[in-house]
Amino acid sequence: MRFVRQVLVVTAKDLRAEIRTKEAINASAAFALVILLLFSFAFDLDPDTNREIASGLLWLVFAFAGTLLLNRSFARELPNDCLDALIAAPVPGAALFLGKSLANYILLLAIELLSLVVFGIFYNVRWTVQFGELMLVLALGTWALTIMGTIFSALTVNIRLREVMLPILIYPFLVPALMSAIQLTLGLMAGNPIGPETASWLPMLVGFNVIYTAVSLVLIEHVLVG
Amino acid sequence: MSAVAVDGVWKYYGDFPALRNIQLETAPGSCLALIGRNGAGKTTLLRILAGFSRPGKGQVRIMGNSPRQAETRRVMGFIGHGIAVYDELSALENLTLYAKLYGLPNPRQSALDWLEQTGLERVRDGLVREFSRGMRQRLAVARAFLHDPSVLLLDEPFTALDDRAIAVLQRLLRDGLAKGKTIVMSTHQLREALELASHVALLNRGQVAFHGPCTPEMVADPGLVYARYGEG
Repeated sequence: MRFVRQVLVVTAKDLRAEIRTKEAINASAAFALVILLLFSFAFDLDPDTNREIASGLLWLVFAFAGTLLLNRSFARELPNDCLDALIAAPVPGAALFLGKSLANYILLLAIELLSLVVFGIFYNVRWTVQFGELMLVLALGTWALTIMGTIFSALTVNIRLREVMLPILIYPFLVPALMSAIQLTLGLMAGNPIGPETASWLPMLVGFNVIYTAVSLVLIEHVLVG
Repeated sequence: MSAVAVDGVWKYYGDFPALRNIQLETAPGSCLALIGRNGAGKTTLLRILAGFSRPGKGQVRIMGNSPRQAETRRVMGFIGHGIAVYDELSALENLTLYAKLYGLPNPRQSALDWLEQTGLERVRDGLVREFSRGMRQRLAVARAFLHDPSVLLLDEPFTALDDRAIAVLQRLLRDGLAKGKTIVMSTHQLREALELASHVALLNRGQVAFHGPCTPEMVADPGLVYARYGEG
């Protein structure tokens, strides 16, 4: 119970700080919207092609916008050496990590939902047809982005070029999760539920999340204390 | 049992040995002033004591436990070079946050008590980014003392403090020593430190050049330890 409370305290702190400064969320949302708008003006595609590229485009936008947001996760602790105070507190590294991940997850989901609305308008794709299943894929794919982004944000926090290093490090790891999310979203955007053809991607996404969440929870203490 | 025990600690940054076979012990209720030139290894040693960094060799014990154990962290307070409070949160929100992280029974009340003790109760809802330097430093002191730690690790605590913050910190440290708290502080401000210290350790290029009781001679002439045991 204490662990859950500690997680929620860290989450609330991060959300409050981000809502006050809007440093990461503004940059991330602006980036996602601009990319979606530019692509819609750059290509005049027919509805079928639109649906085919939709899921890939969406997940790439989520991944790129996500790194802007996730980069700030531990970098937020650097001014005034706040990270030292968090490490010094009697809070397990896992609680600290999960608290930050949860805050990132909520912020990233908010940006993705906003992007989906804009996407629906500019690309004329009815993404709400399989709403429930799409939300499930979105939830799982976003957790994959969040967990990888948060652990690598902790790993790169003291590196001078962390803004550059984070994407370089996480994208190769994210390939299986992004492939799964893209394949699952492809069918859902066409209005088809998850069926035999795409169902095998779902366990892969779930497995990715379980494995990398567990690995991150084990490693975080070593990552934080050099 | 020693409050703080450092046994054969080495720390390398690449090939450079920042600490070389450090051996120190501090009894409960004593105050150790860690002195030395810039780059002598004071901050590195304090960061290892605080559990922010692992020694390459050797071990550190705080109250008989590893610095990374939750029980140890609950009784340890740290003031580093940064103030370790969030600019985008108010003074009350900052202290309440740390009170919750330390599992204090009434976080808000503890935060309010410490805001009063450090003279910040009137600005409790102001964002830290709007505070003057002195106010920020007093808030940092409140943050470090909030959970009533029995071991205090202070890295150059008097540096850049204004008069009021120095007075607040000195009062809290004297009160702490009177209550049996253990203090390890690194400092360049020898006069302030030696007035409080019961023991002195001089670090020189990552090694302990001197470790012993703080004598009235040293308090009268703070440069004496450097003159006798330092590089001059």
